[in-house]
Amino acid sequence: MFNPNATDIDGPILFSPENEKELATLIQRYPYKRAALIPVLHMAQSQFGWLSPGVMAYVAQRLELPEGKVLQVASFYTMFDKKPAGRHKVEVCTSVPCCMMGGFAVVRHISERLGIGVGETTADGSVTLLEAECLAGCGYAPLLQVNGEFHENLTPERIDALLATLR
Amino acid sequence: MERVITANWHVEKAYTLSVYQQHGGFKSLKKVFGMERGAVVPELIKSNLRGRGGAGFPVGAKWSFLPKGTDVPKYLVVNADEGEPGTFKDRFIMERDPHRLMEGCIIAGFTLGLKAAYIYVRGELVLATRRMEAAIAELYAAGLLGKNIQGSGLDFDIYVHRGAGAYICGEETALIESLEGKTGQPRLKPPYPAVVGVFGCPTVVNNVESIACVPLVIERGAEWWAAQGSEKNGGPKIVQISGTVKRPGTYEVPNGISLRDVVFSDLYGGGPLDGRTIRAVIPGGTSCPVLRADQLDVKHDFDALKEKPFETMAGTSGVIVMDETVCVVRIAARIARFYHHESCGQCTPCREGTGWVSKILDRIEAGGAKRAEVDQLLDIVNNIRGNTICPFGDAVGMSIGAYLRQFPEEFIAHVEQGRCTYPAW
Ligand SMILES: Cc1cc2nc3c(=O)[nH]c(=O)nc-3n(C[C@H](O)[C@H](O)[C@H](O)COP(=O)(O)O)c2cc1C
Ligand code: SF4
Ligand code: FES
Repeated sequence: MFNPNATDIDGPILFSPENEKELATLIQRYPYKRAALIPVLHMAQSQFGWLSPGVMAYVAQRLELPEGKVLQVASFYTMFDKKPAGRHKVEVCTSVPCCMMGGFAVVRHISERLGIGVGETTADGSVTLLEAECLAGCGYAPLLQVNGEFHENLTPERIDALLATLR
Repeated sequence: MERVITANWHVEKAYTLSVYQQHGGFKSLKKVFGMERGAVVPELIKSNLRGRGGAGFPVGAKWSFLPKGTDVPKYLVVNADEGEPGTFKDRFIMERDPHRLMEGCIIAGFTLGLKAAYIYVRGELVLATRRMEAAIAELYAAGLLGKNIQGSGLDFDIYVHRGAGAYICGEETALIESLEGKTGQPRLKPPYPAVVGVFGCPTVVNNVESIACVPLVIERGAEWWAAQGSEKNGGPKIVQISGTVKRPGTYEVPNGISLRDVVFSDLYGGGPLDGRTIRAVIPGGTSCPVLRADQLDVKHDFDALKEKPFETMAGTSGVIVMDETVCVVRIAARIARFYHHESCGQCTPCREGTGWVSKILDRIEAGGAKRAEVDQLLDIVNNIRGNTICPFGDAVGMSIGAYLRQFPEEFIAHVEQGRCTYPAW
């Protein structure tokens, strides 16, 4: 069961063998290690699900950075989850111009269908609903992004069809 | 009009090296390898290619500021953080035609003697990132990246660096900070990136579209490029049309095309939705001051839009259209909320001011504000302008200020009627 209040992840915090390789590649792209912090946080989040205190401490140790620096950077950027998030983050654009083309109606529709508010996650941990600022697709409003994929020119039917695939 | 920048957008698999090359790709690089190193910058200057990231700074001039003959490494940083609301062009270049961007990077590398290019791509743009990474892998395999590229003596690498969600990282010095693994807080200028950029080294920062245009300038020649646009605004460009129009989307147009044509022509925006009337247009992303529908007879370029009575900007050429069903006060309030959310917090006038502006605008929109608060709002936005480290603060002042200047009657009506009479969102 999904626990939105978990304080850390279960199990050992160690990069997978593939991510170990990736870490080495990332580090040698920059003149110094700390510059790899943001890409490494992305990698850690995709392996562990979210950036728990334990994960951040592990990243700090691997990049030889103070833990406070890692927390500061992780907190600055909205894509990094400092709390458990659902398996699928549904991000609906409500920026100008999407807001005048039905962006908020999409948020309401999803919210009603799933019984969650913005920023909340379904009880089974499948979906977190979020509002996003301009996602660079304004001509195809209203739109949302989930798992990095765009779903544009949304209609209630298309939203329902999409939601049915998010488990 | 002939598609030049977007020529490959509808070519199947143009994102692969073989298809890109079948359509003339990498001919410009070959040409550049045969030219004097010093010959490219004068071509760019002559072409009047201006930066497409918002400010319109001439690309050739920017390249010429990079110190020559130093021993420290020099870098190109490509700004692929596309986040200005209303803007959706760089994403398509990266997704559909990534090799053109790479070709531009390699030309910059050769011309300016650079060690590497970092493409700072907005974290949300997953397909763009994947396509660029695949393109780069193909280029290493083909000997077009790495050591001694095509026997030219150039050693050059390109790396893709993903951001992680922060609009301010589009500002070039915030982007550099972020690329160094820090929070994205803009630096005081000077020093400019050309002197102290990423990793303390001289750096050129250019937008995706700017760099993707470089091979095209070389291919077509500076005279051709300059002739496509208006005075000092060379080349075709990509306008992006959104909001309440018939044909939203991206279109390639000559620089300096009339804004009225962009919005109304059947080739482009196609005019208002049936039975509606256009009331307001933002010419280049939400940071640009809004225009009224009676102000559209102006050239869409970096210079004409600045002039009185328009006093706005071409910005990213993201044209946002609003008809009479849209509440402009609510639009201003939504933009203010965006600014409040995205302020990096370093400067007090910006951090605090955006919060006040957002609160007051929400109150005006809901009908709960007094007349005096409308005047107070103007004072606050004027105080943010010019008192901050980066141009974000100026953008807040200019864009919000323009709603008050252009549509004062709308603000007054909300106050007097004690409510918003427009349809809910
Ligand atoms: C708040 C703010 C956000 C910006 N966002 C972007 C952006 O997303 N993409 C971009 O290319 N330029 C952006 N810019 C402009 C850059 O600072 C810089 O001028 C540009 O990348 C230079 O490239 P160009 O000369 O090729 O246009 C932004 C500027 C500011 C002040
Ligand atoms: S103007 Fe705003 S965004 Fe720019 S540095 Fe100051 S606080 Fe940050
Ligand atoms: S405002 Fe929604 S994608 Fe740009």
